[in-house]
Amino acid sequence: MKNLLISHVHVLLITLRRFLTTPLSSLLNILVIGIALSLPAGMYLLLKSVQGLAAQEVGTQQISIFLSMDTSQDEVAHIGKQLKQHVGIKQVKFVPRDQALEQLKQTTGLTDVIGGIAQNPLPDAYIVYPKKSDAHALETLRDDLQKWPNFEHVQLDSAWAYKLEAMLKFGLLAALFLAVLLSFALVAVTFNTIRLHILTQREEIEVSKLIGATNAFIRRPFLYFGFLQGLLGGAAAWLIITTSLYLLNTSLSELTHLYASSFTLQFPSVGENTILLLLSAYLGWLGAWLSVAQHLWKIEPR
Amino acid sequence: MIQFSQICKRYPGGYEALKNVSFEITEGEMIFLTGHSGAGKSTLLKLIAAIERPNSGSIVVKGQNVSSIKSGALPYLRRNLGLIFQDHKILFDRSVFDNVMLPLQICGFDHRESAKRVRAALDKVGLLKREKTSPIALSGGEQQLLCIARAIVNRPSILLADEPTGNLDADYARDIMKIFKSFHQVGVTLLISSHDENILSQFKGRVLALKNGELCP
Repeated sequence: MKNLLISHVHVLLITLRRFLTTPLSSLLNILVIGIALSLPAGMYLLLKSVQGLAAQEVGTQQISIFLSMDTSQDEVAHIGKQLKQHVGIKQVKFVPRDQALEQLKQTTGLTDVIGGIAQNPLPDAYIVYPKKSDAHALETLRDDLQKWPNFEHVQLDSAWAYKLEAMLKFGLLAALFLAVLLSFALVAVTFNTIRLHILTQREEIEVSKLIGATNAFIRRPFLYFGFLQGLLGGAAAWLIITTSLYLLNTSLSELTHLYASSFTLQFPSVGENTILLLLSAYLGWLGAWLSVAQHLWKIEPR
Repeated sequence: MIQFSQICKRYPGGYEALKNVSFEITEGEMIFLTGHSGAGKSTLLKLIAAIERPNSGSIVVKGQNVSSIKSGALPYLRRNLGLIFQDHKILFDRSVFDNVMLPLQICGFDHRESAKRVRAALDKVGLLKREKTSPIALSGGEQQLLCIARAIVNRPSILLADEPTGNLDADYARDIMKIFKSFHQVGVTLLISSHDENILSQFKGRVLALKNGELCP
């Protein structure tokens, strides 16, 4: 047991030395893996950030009902009662036209412009919060409300968010597709690197097999190499992603400040980082395994 | 110890290296395998170590059927055999010491114990003073001695030597044969292939003569 551990440590040291003897090609390999992984992973993180924004909007479901300008106060009150009795509505909020104008003044800072208008152009409005919040139920409710008299315009406030969400789902699927393709590329990169290593160590492998080395013994240093290269590639991807997100967030904060929003791109979580590193290490290991297996199969006695 | 029953080995292309070869070697014997080059000596040795597989017949080594051995069990068979190759098969990317160390690393021996064994093996063949040199600096004869040291460091019960004195001058050849004889004295089973008449006349032992892939009676 102790000897096995020592031999593993020994192999690890040999692997590290192998990295250091060809620093440039090792670095380039790691960089290739890092870039290949950072593309889908970065895409995923960007989409997830935007999705978070969309989910915020979708989270507060509401339908705005704008009444026609010629609706009398009695009718407005009557409509309010009827809305409250509607089975699909949880809560009703009345926004009188004067209050709407006041709000507009405050939030947009257009006091001067609005002050210049002789008449309040805004209608009375109801904001209703539905009981069910799925897209289908919302649309049914909207269609239903649209048929009521005196309703000038019924607006599903989160419709854009649903469309965005559908688009984001499509984007995430594309990112996944890209990730699968680039995973193959990663396996291929490691496969080739290991194949070159095997070629330079063909004699050692042959002699070792002749004097009783098991396939596991022969595989071990190559698997370590593949694993380590994958792991370092994953770390490179993490570095690329984190640096890019930091730089993007810096310039994004200037932009969102202008729009009075606090939208920032999310950094990957600890779990996501772990998955990234483990996945890339596994893919490196797999590439190495395939490469050695192919060679060992070739030199098997027949 | 080693038993061949009706072994045939045909190489791709139709060349028949061994035809219906049967013999038995008992434990502790020292056997010479003779014949012209191309008679099938190397093939016979390779079949024992399962470097190649026979087309028909069976080979039993230490009670294990080698002709149908599973590749997973193969390494453990080879660890019981000391193989000495005609072309040495020495690794030139490491020192003499590390070359002899390789079989012990493969078996997962304790490092300190291994170092002792390596030095003992090198001492046995007279290369102890050259342990730190690169094998490139060794002469042909010394490389053969190094190959022997690597084959015996594992203390195998069977030694297979393919033309160990092949291209060596008489002095080296005699040294190597003396080393083999000392193994024979401690009970190691030896199978030595050679076409050198001098050696055969100097040392006593059973002779298996191959001619065109067949065993001469």
